[in-house]
Amino acid sequence: MSDTTTDDSPQNGPVLAADGTPLRRSLARALRRQKLRALMLIAPLLIFIMVTFILPVADMLYRSVENGIVSETLPRTVVALADWDAGGDTPPDEAVFAALAADIQIAAEEKTHTKLGSRLNYENPGMSSLFRKSGRQVQRWDLNTDGPFKEKFLDIDDDWGDIDVWRTIQTYSPAMTSGYYLAAVDMQLGADGPEMRPENERIYLKLFGRTLMMSLAITLSCIALGYPVAWLLANLPMRTSNLLMILVLLPFWTSLLVRTSAWKILLQQQGVINDILVWIGLVSDDARLVMINNQLGTIIAMTHILLPFMILPMYSVMQSINPSYLRAAKSLGATDWTAFWRVYFPQTVPGIGAGSILVFILAIGYYITPALVGGTTGTFISNRIAFHISTSLNWGLAAALGGILLAVVLVFYWAYDKFVGIDNVKLG
Amino acid sequence: MLDQGSDDFVVFDKVQKSYDGQTLVVKDLNLSIGKGEFLTMLGPSGSGKTTCLMMLAGFETATHGDILLDGQGINNIPPHKRGIGMVFQNYALFPHMTVAENLAFPLEVRKLGKSDREAKVKRALDMVQMGDFANRRPAQLSGGQQQRIALARALVFEPELVLMDEPLGALDKQLREHMQFEITRLAHELGITTVYVTHDQTEALTMSDRVAVFNDGRIQQLDPPDTLYEEPKNSFVAQFIGENNSLEGTVKELNNDTAVVQLDDGSLIDCRPVNVKQVGDRTKVSIRPERVEYRSERFQEGAHLLKAEVLEFIYMGDVFRTRLRVAGRDDFIMKCRNAPDQIRLKPGETVNIGWMPEDCRALDA
Repeated sequence: MSDTTTDDSPQNGPVLAADGTPLRRSLARALRRQKLRALMLIAPLLIFIMVTFILPVADMLYRSVENGIVSETLPRTVVALADWDAGGDTPPDEAVFAALAADIQIAAEEKTHTKLGSRLNYENPGMSSLFRKSGRQVQRWDLNTDGPFKEKFLDIDDDWGDIDVWRTIQTYSPAMTSGYYLAAVDMQLGADGPEMRPENERIYLKLFGRTLMMSLAITLSCIALGYPVAWLLANLPMRTSNLLMILVLLPFWTSLLVRTSAWKILLQQQGVINDILVWIGLVSDDARLVMINNQLGTIIAMTHILLPFMILPMYSVMQSINPSYLRAAKSLGATDWTAFWRVYFPQTVPGIGAGSILVFILAIGYYITPALVGGTTGTFISNRIAFHISTSLNWGLAAALGGILLAVVLVFYWAYDKFVGIDNVKLG
Repeated sequence: MLDQGSDDFVVFDKVQKSYDGQTLVVKDLNLSIGKGEFLTMLGPSGSGKTTCLMMLAGFETATHGDILLDGQGINNIPPHKRGIGMVFQNYALFPHMTVAENLAFPLEVRKLGKSDREAKVKRALDMVQMGDFANRRPAQLSGGQQQRIALARALVFEPELVLMDEPLGALDKQLREHMQFEITRLAHELGITTVYVTHDQTEALTMSDRVAVFNDGRIQQLDPPDTLYEEPKNSFVAQFIGENNSLEGTVKELNNDTAVVQLDDGSLIDCRPVNVKQVGDRTKVSIRPERVEYRSERFQEGAHLLKAEVLEFIYMGDVFRTRLRVAGRDDFIMKCRNAPDQIRLKPGETVNIGWMPEDCRALDA
């Protein structure tokens, strides 16, 4: 700043530019064009990410708690049912049934009653057919003359007298529900609040546990296999290491399906590995190893597929380690092993961390490979999510499972940041 | 050279080194370093000095010849068993350890007890005046501080021999001069033998007991700094050490300790024959800028003088630096001390210059 400006500006109060406007505003104006241009440059990417990533994720997360369908389809019933005591053992009275008749008649006309049926069927199996059956008949009733309706409903199906049916309708009448999330952790909304599902209906906690354990196993085997390769890449002469790099990247560029199918051929009971083991006599012909369609198959195939994600960050970190550290350690009296373990290895931890985060997060949400080689015991939670998305069409539950998966990943990320520090991660 | 101990604590005996099997990086190196001596290997990059240091440290193996440490061949001893302290160009302080952990590292691998370790680390840190920095990480230290820690780490396990590979290269001028003094002081106080590699000739001259000038894989001259500067044995050394004026010519007359050389423009000069064998030899004569004289009252009777035209006068504070055109060359430098009686020459002036015959050395062409 020139002397004149300093002298002109008052001692207290904002610093002024030459023309008397506050310096801050003048600076903002000068930078506005620049900022605008920068924004224009990233706008295509920003819009693309908004439309294809952030909005869908937000929509799915909303679906995991959204439950408007009950109060929209059965508005009168929901109001009438509010006073009913779900803890008692009598079904609701005539007023509720009359409201239900009115609601179903409108719903049947708009053909929304079957949708409601399948929604409630997730919580209480059998309700889908109950609604479909009732819809057909209620349409023929005259609301003004045909009462009382309680009897007529019970004539259609005895289930309308079942307290559980009414409990389900009442529990799921609010516009928001925790039901999907509870289902995703093997719980349900009972009369006295959340409770565990019966032993034989619990699957998701086990699946989450298995997904985490197997992702951990895959991450660890990637570290064990990737570390020496990364070391070679960083320390071999340029020509050899370039060749090795191509070998590392070649599978990376090969289709995922091809690689997974290749593992099928190698690992199956009549496959290449078993054939060789039988041929050299290590394994007898009637006791061929089962290496696929189980957890082992998933771990082997996924380790192979995710290995480059471990090797590349490790390599970039190792490449930046000056060889003089090892020399210094040896000149100070350390053996090769001590020099490696005390001096080299600690400096590669950021690379291991970056690779592990990448591999673990990719593994935890992996879908194709477990589906192809996992059999029944080697599938992941993501396979279950896919099932709910495309087969059972229970998107709410799929969204809840996905939401939990997202939360788990964020928790791991947070924990890593807390204990190792995310700025220690080096990707290149 | 210091008086204590034997003269051949470290011996290179006919050592050769080749990396590719085609060219020799080090050619027939013979060198003895006395105990407690501070020896500097000086030379341009690629002259083989660092390779020699690495062979001594054990990171490179000699292709031929023996290296002896305290009378024992060390060719087959791995680096970690040689017990040689080393300071690296980039310091190589372990970034994931604190200063104290860095210093304790060589003691730990030698399985010293904890209290012993702490005492030695503290003593080493105090020695380099870094006692307050024990718990810092290397990245939190300035270049000069890192340099001190690297020095302390190389000395903490009390090695008898310390190698330094251009340790001051990354420091600014003032700090470098200060550290030069520190290092020589420590080396002499502790009585350790030091082999110091540098391409900075000032550093070599100010620090060393002896300097080995390397070029082209050979030691060109091995002498104390003053001898090296005043009595270079060949043109390379004369040119490499200090500032030098070099004039080409042919030997005209040759006696025992004087010679007359005819320069290429025909003028004659007196000089001392060093590296010339007979009359008619081509030679490069070497004369230091501060030994050139232009005031006639200082010349000896009958001395040969040269005509010189002043091209440039540069005021440098303590000295005046005058660039002259002499015998057809316009890069002849004359340095005069800034004294009250000194004349400031002006560009365009013509003067006669001359020198004592013993200051002008006729070297190899």
